[in-house]
Amino acid sequence: MRTLVVAGHGMVAHRLVEAVRAADVDRQWRVVVLAEEPRPAYDRVALTSYVDTWDPAALALPGSDYAGDDAVELRLGDAVTSVDRDAKTVTTASGRVQAYDALVLATGSRPFVPPVPGRDLPGVFVYRTIEDLDAIRAAASQTGRGRRSAVVIGGGLLGLEAAKALRDMGLSPHVVEMAPRLMPLQVDEGGGALLRRLIAQLDVTVHTGTSTDVIEADGSRLLARLGNGTELDVDLVVFSAGVRPRDDLARESGLEVGGRGGVLVDSACRTSDPAVYAIGECAAVEDRVYGIVAPGYAMAEVVAAGLTGGSATFPVPDTSTKLKLMGVDVASFGDAHAATEGALEVAVNDAVAGTYKKLVVTDDGKTLLGGVLVGDAAEYNTLRALVGRPLPAEPGALLAPAGGAASVGVDALPDEALICSCNGVSKGTLTRAITSDGCDSVGKLKACTRAGTSCGSCVPMLTKLLNACGVEQSKALCEHFGQSRAEIFEIIRATRMTTFSEVITRYGTGTGCAVCKPAVASILATLGNGHILGGEQVTLQDTNDKFLANIQRNGSYSVVPRIPGGEITPDKLMVIAKVAQDFGLYTKITGGQRIDLLGATVDQLPEIWRRLVDAGFESGHAYGKALRTVKSCVGSTWCRYGVQDSVALAIELELRYRGLRSPHKIKSGVSGCARECAEARSKDFGVIATEQGWNLYVGGNGGATPRHAELLVSDVDTETLMRTIDRFLMFYVRTADRLQRTAPWIEEMEGGLDHLRAVIVDDSLGICEDLDAAMAKHVEGYTDEWRGVLEDPEKLARFSSFVNAPGTPDPSISFREERAQKVPVMLGVPEVRR
Amino acid sequence: MTVSIERTWTAVCPASVVPEFSGVAALVGGDQVAVFHVDGESWHALSNWDPCSGAAVLSRGIVGDAGGVPVVASPVYKDRFELTTGRCLEHEGVTVAVYSVRVRSGVVEVGSP
Repeated sequence: MRTLVVAGHGMVAHRLVEAVRAADVDRQWRVVVLAEEPRPAYDRVALTSYVDTWDPAALALPGSDYAGDDAVELRLGDAVTSVDRDAKTVTTASGRVQAYDALVLATGSRPFVPPVPGRDLPGVFVYRTIEDLDAIRAAASQTGRGRRSAVVIGGGLLGLEAAKALRDMGLSPHVVEMAPRLMPLQVDEGGGALLRRLIAQLDVTVHTGTSTDVIEADGSRLLARLGNGTELDVDLVVFSAGVRPRDDLARESGLEVGGRGGVLVDSACRTSDPAVYAIGECAAVEDRVYGIVAPGYAMAEVVAAGLTGGSATFPVPDTSTKLKLMGVDVASFGDAHAATEGALEVAVNDAVAGTYKKLVVTDDGKTLLGGVLVGDAAEYNTLRALVGRPLPAEPGALLAPAGGAASVGVDALPDEALICSCNGVSKGTLTRAITSDGCDSVGKLKACTRAGTSCGSCVPMLTKLLNACGVEQSKALCEHFGQSRAEIFEIIRATRMTTFSEVITRYGTGTGCAVCKPAVASILATLGNGHILGGEQVTLQDTNDKFLANIQRNGSYSVVPRIPGGEITPDKLMVIAKVAQDFGLYTKITGGQRIDLLGATVDQLPEIWRRLVDAGFESGHAYGKALRTVKSCVGSTWCRYGVQDSVALAIELELRYRGLRSPHKIKSGVSGCARECAEARSKDFGVIATEQGWNLYVGGNGGATPRHAELLVSDVDTETLMRTIDRFLMFYVRTADRLQRTAPWIEEMEGGLDHLRAVIVDDSLGICEDLDAAMAKHVEGYTDEWRGVLEDPEKLARFSSFVNAPGTPDPSISFREERAQKVPVMLGVPEVRR
Repeated sequence: MTVSIERTWTAVCPASVVPEFSGVAALVGGDQVAVFHVDGESWHALSNWDPCSGAAVLSRGIVGDAGGVPVVASPVYKDRFELTTGRCLEHEGVTVAVYSVRVRSGVVEVGSP
């Protein structure tokens, strides 16, 4: 077995290790990763979002600790300090000498700090690592007078990110940029002017075309003097004036370096020593350094292929960028600065709409070379894929506000066009996956090709490709309804029909089935049509809803009373214990902080519930596609770290949304501080307390495809929080597909989380008032379903095993004992293997 | 000569207690029978035992149709059974016993298989 040593553990190094381990099927390589930072590789691209949670785990890259992989040794906080190429060893900061057969330098880059006097003063920072942000936060939170301010030196991509982070920390940021415009590398003059205007509207003061001459200490404050004479009195200074490749190891060991720094490598990422490679931001591939992650990933794949018997060379990288800075879309692609000889520029600058769009084309105006989009980058994916291709229309027509490039359609794109630039997936690869490998959904395309799994901006293109390939993305509910669940919801809401019979007679065919009946029953329940077992509705319900309990494998049922927020008195615990004892039920604590009583027959259910209801319990809806639980930690009342009362909020939320029928189950959690003990980010909606209020996360779940919830709004007060959750849930209930949890609902929503935020926070569709009213109606109309059964003899009569022998228990249900409790015995053996 | 098969009928419940598109379970000579009211005069009966799950639960399934043929979907794994033949639509060769059923003077009666 040979040893591969990786110096550094950033995103690119992690991709390398993953790629080597995936390709090295006969385990030729042992991998030793020597990392400088104290934590495994994390998502540095998303560094600014660390400010939302101050939780490093939120930036973690999946699998970056290589747990369970004995072929990888990850040594943290022990950087390589020297390389002996003759002996083929490296020495680390701790003095460890490690032999290698192959060495990959992945040391990244360091922030460039220009030689401004005062740059070493306390209160001056750089912006690159989690530790940098922690240090900035510590300085920013020191008590001081008034609103605190900061200056960011450098108005490029990273500088604006830093300004956003500072703003999110509650500071007023200034940005100083030497060039005459912001983001000079990505945008042109016209785009820069608009960008400046949009950024300035966000409480960021922009100074362009000026240097920073000196930083001076002024008591506890700092004074930054600019070249244009301006003096800025600030609390802290952050340098983000670009990065420089960390090529020291290469220089000191006699490897060649590039003209402007960086370890010089060929197109296979080999240095002048065949046993040493360099990848990522420290590498100069054919003398060019790349400061973004996608080319770094490509280098990692190239080296992994070379080490595992394949061969690959670094492709001409796509340095196109699309990002959202403080809510402002900025994108540039191809030859954005019209550097090609004879290139022509066509630009539309709409000051009213706040958009700037420029296309760079060949001198005959027929081939797209590149472009810049500011304010609205919806057409980015299509346009980027068209670079180097004949334009499907006049450049001016493509920039027109309506029927622009977004409407060009995927048909116009060639097979080589890159649809997902993060993972290098072409249209041809995707088309083959659809037509040959049977991928018939966005989810399958993601799993099969990795397209859309990183930044997600190409997901709408995936949908369009599926449609273009003739994959019918049928939204029909079932054979009885051609409409989608969302359409049926709107039909029932608009027509105010109250029975399934009416709905299927007017809008469907046949008599219905186990798919459409419960779906319509759920919609009728959401819209408030009385008890779910009233009238015809009883015949629509799945057995769980019909018996208000969860069916188990032997045909018995389980009972779960609601325990809001997981808070329960000893007296109530004793009631549950006594009921379980008296009816001989198996008891287990659930994951949602309540108690499951299993093994009840249908005949027992009303008697069990009479006891529970008398003691003040109500239905927990464990059986329903409805709100389940709102889990909580103990919160600030008890916990020495808690900053808000998470239990009180969890109870309030659980009582507010109890009984809300929805397309699938809904789970929630509230954590009293950023330690997140309630696991709120694994819930459909999760709330995490902050010093200022609450952060709301949406779209998380556990289960077979776990997903972390994403931040929707931050630092809001309780009233705003509830209003936002009201709208989130009601919008979900109205528009999701049957059995679609919130995570895939948001993933498949065109525009994703941004669109969701626009609809329910900014009211972009003008429906918020309606959503609010609908939730108010739900809250007002709630009644306990079990109490409703106990009070109605007709409903009670259905709880018998045999219609002709009431009181006779089902003889096929029997139990044995295991660990001092009863468990089911299956008398009938299934004929079908599952 | 004519052979007549004597079928015994067991009264199980008033027809009025079984709404359209629903089922009830009955004990008939020690067997569990699922009796279904489809609509109007249309009644069917199958063994209550779901061969796909091994539980006696078919009477608690949702009654509807598949391509116009009346079916019940087992509440456990949602396998569907034709009410007229007992044939399982999801698993070839799997069937459940079919019983005769009739309504006499407003009373539902199940016949021996």
